[in-house]
Amino acid sequence: MRNLQTTSVAPVAKDMPLAGKIPVVSPLARVKDLNVQFRSRDATVHAVNGVSFDLMPRDVLCIIGESGSGKSVTMKSMMRLLPPKKTVMTGEIEVNGHKVLDLSERQIRHLRGAEISMIFQEPMTALDPVYTIGRQITEAIRAHEPVTTSEARRRALELLELVRIPSAVSRLDAYPHELSGGLRQRAMIAVALSCKPKLLLADEPTTALDATVQIQVLVLLRQLQDELGMGVIFVTHDIGVAAQIADKIAVMYAGEIVEFGSARDVLVNPAHPYTRAMLASTVHGQARDADLPVIPGDPADLRRLVAGCRFAPRCGVSKSLCLERAPSLVGVAAHHDAACHLINSLT
Amino acid sequence: MIGYIIKRMLYIIPVCLGVTAVCFALMYLAPGDPAQALLPPDATPEDAAYLLRLYGFDQPVWVQYGRWVLRAASGDLGVSLQSQRPVFREVMSALGNTAVLSAGAVLLAFVLAFILGTVAAYNIGSRIDQASTTLSITGVSVPNYWLGIVLVIVFAVELGWLPAAGMGSAGSDSFSLTDWAQLRYAILPIITMSVLPLGIIMRSVRASVAEALGQESIQLLRAKGLPPYAILTHAVKNAFPQILAVMGLQFGFLVGGSILVETIFNWPGTGFLLGKAILTRDVPLLQGTILVLSISFVIINLVVDVLQSIFDPRVRRT
Repeated sequence: MRNLQTTSVAPVAKDMPLAGKIPVVSPLARVKDLNVQFRSRDATVHAVNGVSFDLMPRDVLCIIGESGSGKSVTMKSMMRLLPPKKTVMTGEIEVNGHKVLDLSERQIRHLRGAEISMIFQEPMTALDPVYTIGRQITEAIRAHEPVTTSEARRRALELLELVRIPSAVSRLDAYPHELSGGLRQRAMIAVALSCKPKLLLADEPTTALDATVQIQVLVLLRQLQDELGMGVIFVTHDIGVAAQIADKIAVMYAGEIVEFGSARDVLVNPAHPYTRAMLASTVHGQARDADLPVIPGDPADLRRLVAGCRFAPRCGVSKSLCLERAPSLVGVAAHHDAACHLINSLT
Repeated sequence: MIGYIIKRMLYIIPVCLGVTAVCFALMYLAPGDPAQALLPPDATPEDAAYLLRLYGFDQPVWVQYGRWVLRAASGDLGVSLQSQRPVFREVMSALGNTAVLSAGAVLLAFVLAFILGTVAAYNIGSRIDQASTTLSITGVSVPNYWLGIVLVIVFAVELGWLPAAGMGSAGSDSFSLTDWAQLRYAILPIITMSVLPLGIIMRSVRASVAEALGQESIQLLRAKGLPPYAILTHAVKNAFPQILAVMGLQFGFLVGGSILVETIFNWPGTGFLLGKAILTRDVPLLQGTILVLSISFVIINLVVDVLQSIFDPRVRRT
């Protein structure tokens, strides 16, 4: 195995500007037929079922879907953060040339935080309350690079400035509870960027923030993504957020990708009945007193998956075929796929 | 930080006043008036009246209380009715003797409980976890007076490795930590006294470290690529303020001495003294002992609070 040689930062920065100029670019991350199951004594939960996608360098992919659709699980499995004893993962995950599922525990540790980083939903609980912000950044740097304490601290300061935290010097010695929600989320982004990762995984990073702060953090993430040339996978259930930041969108339902395409295609010309129903149930200039349409029924029970299309029981247009045979992703247009038997008959 | 400590120290004043009030009230909880307890049954009413005046018992209660507090503050806790020696000196020497046992027991319990509890929390559900759970339940359940007797039978009577009771050279009531010949006497009582706090602290270490390991911040640490020992360090540091609180309480209880253990080992500590004061109805001695022990408890809690604020920055803010 010739893994894990590219943990240092310098070559990354040099390579990235070239990436756009080379005509054929290989994907930064590739997920192939990923299945994730959580096993307990009572039940097996089929959280992710045959998910495949490619993420090109510098692309922002938004995974959207309701709670329990497997979006977070997909993302966490790319870093192998799920509890190993209870989780069964099959399929292939390749990030920056590393086959994530084949790595040893030690090897995956060198990847985490260095080449793949993650930011979480709730910065208040995700940051360690008894360590200073500076310490939480420097320990991430020092876990991957042999730098001195003062050098690590200097870089931590740069990172806080990078994420536009005002009076960064004093914030280095601040504890998480001493910062506002928006600043805490910026601090967590700084932690995630400490080793200039190539792939940033973001698990609903703006959900816990106020609406105004949400926009600021989204803009910041987009800028940083561009500056650092990162690929980003962004999980959210907020379609507005996805519209703001995404290049590509994957819609997940019951652990499967049901629609995949450019953000514009998916949001403007949704093909899958689920995507359509979801878009219809958002606020977009209806009359004030009009009720929002909702998707009837309950989310799929991941302990007992139904045969056929998993959305069929809740789908307004399903036919008997849908209950019998599971649809696979087929092209709706160029680079726009959906998994539905009725794509061609829907208008 | 300094401000927090000063504020915390100011809180001690009302607590101490409350403690003195309760101790003072002890005098009146005993049936009969205090002079009766001092006088022989055949004393004349004139003698009784003289005595009441002498001790100030004829004054209003709050004057008596004020005087008593002022004298106590200057270290004068009166004279023991039995030994006729100053209560303060008796209590302090007993406290010193108990401190040897409680410090030893606490150190032993803390170190073992901390290591075992952390290991158990890191490997929840494993054999190690089950074994340490068994050990801690045993520790909490075994009556320490029974354990003390068993230890004496095994190590003193049967094996003859360690002395059965006492505190060293005959008649000695002070303790030297550097003298091994004397230190040997402390080993069995220390082990006996450490078992209960060991069980309690181990359970709380296990619970709080396991809780810290389940927090979302641990996920972020894993996502940063930290090795397991670094993650465990984070968890322990998060759990530490909670553990510290339990440790402080246990230490406080131990300083109060154990009447049973100190009686079994014939150790002239605070528990022993307290027992003696109760059995002989020596009210000044009882008052003084309770006062000194209560204040020790308050001080230990102060130290714990200050330590907590060092480990947990969130405490400082309040």
